[in-house]
Amino acid sequence: MDSHYEVEFTVRGDDFLAAGEASNQIKETLIMLGVPSPISRRASVITYEAEMNLVIHSGGGQIRATITPEKLTIQACDEGPGIPDLQQAMREGFSTASDRVREMGFGAGMGLPNIKRNSDTLDILSEVGKGTILTATILFHGAAGDRR
Amino acid sequence: MKLKEAISCIGAETLFGEDQLDRVEIENAYASDLMSDVLAFAWPGTLLLTGLTNVQIVRTAQMMDIPAVVFVRGKRPQEEAIMLAKSVGMPLFVSSMSMYETCGLLYKAGLSPCIIPQREE
Repeated sequence: MDSHYEVEFTVRGDDFLAAGEASNQIKETLIMLGVPSPISRRASVITYEAEMNLVIHSGGGQIRATITPEKLTIQACDEGPGIPDLQQAMREGFSTASDRVREMGFGAGMGLPNIKRNSDTLDILSEVGKGTILTATILFHGAAGDRR
Repeated sequence: MKLKEAISCIGAETLFGEDQLDRVEIENAYASDLMSDVLAFAWPGTLLLTGLTNVQIVRTAQMMDIPAVVFVRGKRPQEEAIMLAKSVGMPLFVSSMSMYETCGLLYKAGLSPCIIPQREE
């Protein structure tokens, strides 16, 4: 694998038809680079949940995957409403999604917990009214594979 | 068991992927109408049962390396979902039975559940 590989995608807010395309392209990139499937699956959960958050809550944003021989870093940035209480948002089952979003099968309050479970490190910087930067990493060496 | 065996035991209609019935091997099934629960608890290689019909269910399955989806309660997936499934080669089926009955038959036929891990508070 090259020493440094980066892909970035713009995600449109409220576009449920295209939602998941960025995550799929990141997954395909990881497979192309020879990343083992237990790790690419963990990465897929992180990117897909982050992408859905951009679509559902943030009015869109950017999602970027950076791959080095040591680790995969996934960053999702938006200029959305921000997360007022991060501790609460990290709790399983807590959700602020609308009924419309829930009817589509989202908004179960598992998004951020799913991201955390599949990350080796997770940082979320969020400011109400300004936006959110989520940075998750997966280490390649000694990685645990599926987190089940 | 072969996908063909699972599909025949629930009498589901094949919407797409006839050619994969003999090729795909499944050991587990997972049933949910919540995407994030699928992402949290479904195992790769699992047969997914759902009442959701939008394109995101195919995306979710794709992310988790889920090989096939059964729509229960006679619900038919939206056209975009069928198109995406065709483009990625994911077989789709429709069961006219309820989620409970469809799951029950598959369990009886020998498909194991995906075990939900104990979680820290």
